[in-house]
Amino acid sequence: MKKIIEGLAYVLGNDVDTDQIIPAEHLVYSLSDPEEKKNYGKFALTGVPGEQAGLPEGNVSFTEGDNFESKYSIIIGGKNFGCGSSREHAPACMEIAGVRAVVAQSYARIFYRNSVDGGFFIPFECETRLVEEIKTGDDLKIDLEANTLSNKTQNKTYDLKSLGEVIDIIEAGNIFEYARKTGMIASS
Amino acid sequence: MGMTITEKILAAHAGKDSVFPGDNIWVDVDVLMTHDVCGPGTFAIFKKQFGENAKVWDRDKVVIIPDHFIFTEDTHANRNIDILRQFVKEQDLPHYYDVGTDNYKGVCHLALAQEGFNRPGEVLFGTDSHTSTSGAFGMFSTGIGNTDAAFILGTGKIWVKVPESMCFEFTGKFPDHVMAKDVILNVIGDIGVDGATYRSMEWRGDAVMSLSMEERMTLCNMAIEAGGKNGIIEADEVTTDYVRQRTDRPYKIYHSDEDAKYFFKKTYNASEMESIVAKPHSPDNKAKASECEDVKLDRAYIGSCTGGKLTDFMAAAKLLKGRKVLIDTFIVPATREVEEDLHKEKIDGETLIDIFKNAGAYLGDPSCAACLGGPKDTFGRAKDNQVVISTTNRNFPGRMGSKQSHVYLASPYTAAASALTGHITNPADFVNN
Ligand code: SF4
Repeated sequence: MKKIIEGLAYVLGNDVDTDQIIPAEHLVYSLSDPEEKKNYGKFALTGVPGEQAGLPEGNVSFTEGDNFESKYSIIIGGKNFGCGSSREHAPACMEIAGVRAVVAQSYARIFYRNSVDGGFFIPFECETRLVEEIKTGDDLKIDLEANTLSNKTQNKTYDLKSLGEVIDIIEAGNIFEYARKTGMIASS
Repeated sequence: MGMTITEKILAAHAGKDSVFPGDNIWVDVDVLMTHDVCGPGTFAIFKKQFGENAKVWDRDKVVIIPDHFIFTEDTHANRNIDILRQFVKEQDLPHYYDVGTDNYKGVCHLALAQEGFNRPGEVLFGTDSHTSTSGAFGMFSTGIGNTDAAFILGTGKIWVKVPESMCFEFTGKFPDHVMAKDVILNVIGDIGVDGATYRSMEWRGDAVMSLSMEERMTLCNMAIEAGGKNGIIEADEVTTDYVRQRTDRPYKIYHSDEDAKYFFKKTYNASEMESIVAKPHSPDNKAKASECEDVKLDRAYIGSCTGGKLTDFMAAAKLLKGRKVLIDTFIVPATREVEEDLHKEKIDGETLIDIFKNAGAYLGDPSCAACLGGPKDTFGRAKDNQVVISTTNRNFPGRMGSKQSHVYLASPYTAAASALTGHITNPADFVNN
């Protein structure tokens, strides 16, 4: 597991649901076809209402034009991030677009679980309401050992909540690797 | 210390005498359900992790119900159905309900109940967040993603963090015009869309136990809209009557102990309930229908796993009988069985289907249809800035197909009354006259 994650912030509000993360009409592409799955990156976060997309200004596109990768790799969210459906296409599309970490106040449980068990990115929690502190485009650094998030643009550092028990799955990579490590399923 | 029904079922499936909220346990799974949107991804992960020739852990415990993107020209969506067929063939799976055959069912959560896969005391996981619906049968059921589903396919097990339980008790009698949908919208409005996150929502009280299985399903269906892990109602005679008509398999009934510990407990007086709507764009944006009468509507939508069951259409038909709708009104039965019942069930000699046709409503084929927007050619998909009243469960921005649209969630009574007037309408007068 990487000890440092660096990237630009993309800031969203409360209750970002899975229909905003990936609108249902796009759930038809194959996730196993390397070319086709790029569509998920292209349409990631396209359901977010304009005024909420890329706070505080809003109306900031997450990916541009036909690009499937975003220049933003750390998502900052408010409460109840990822609520709604169980579609794993939601964390998957964010990973395909290049997201490496999400830092939110709290998560909806299926989304959180999918992020961890599928190993798409690390879902951190922070007690500070970062949505009001961090601006889209700020240069961020997450230090996994110190459990901190630094905003290099604003020269501020915040404590992250401990990842708790899921750290074992995150360190293993995903639920399958974790189960192999612990002998639950045979090693491949 | 006593345990809740959820804790007891999880303990039994983990081979333990007791479990406590917060425990991480591995449970044995009785049923895994998937559908056309998440099945293909699940199967791909299963093969990648367990090998191209791997077999599922138990053919009899896997249920595959295509329902989301069914009646569409979208080639990618149709290819997903082909992937389901291929997997079913390779694995020789007995419980598959193929599109375009007599075996097709429709929306998975109701189909699970109707085909006898909901059995008290069991543990059911599904790749759909509204899998919480099955909890109406006194079982543990919840939604998961493709990775967890693939893990279950290979091992028959999955880890669960035992949830704390919340108890919602309704005593007395609900007014005639109040439906389960009003009750759940009321509760979500009280506790918020994250008010039950990670927790179990247990429903109790004589008012709840007086509800039909379909109404109980509506209560458990929307547990996820409060963030809940599962919704659950103890099984009683209403449950076993329903289950016995659908399956011969054995089941086990669990009860919560008197001294079970609840994170939250609230008792409501059922007779004080009113017709509730959730205003755009969140299921917890609660208002009384009577307070929203100035909201002009463009269309009404009656369907989905929440509001597309027979009891939902009985309610709507009662109001629409002999009247004409003023706005475009879409009727989408959740399953084939519901559709057949619309042709059979009558009110004063007129079938429900005739009542809807004569009222001027449009009838769709059983599936999820516009509940989740879907491909462009989906029946009932919201357009532009339309204002919609809907019996579905989510009114997130864009959920029904248009980011500019405004969706109000409501009961079938409220949706039908509003379809007749063209604005949001408290159904009480219609129902009571
Ligand atoms: S009807 Fe709607 S909520 Fe129910 S399973 Fe289908 S898409 Fe999901």
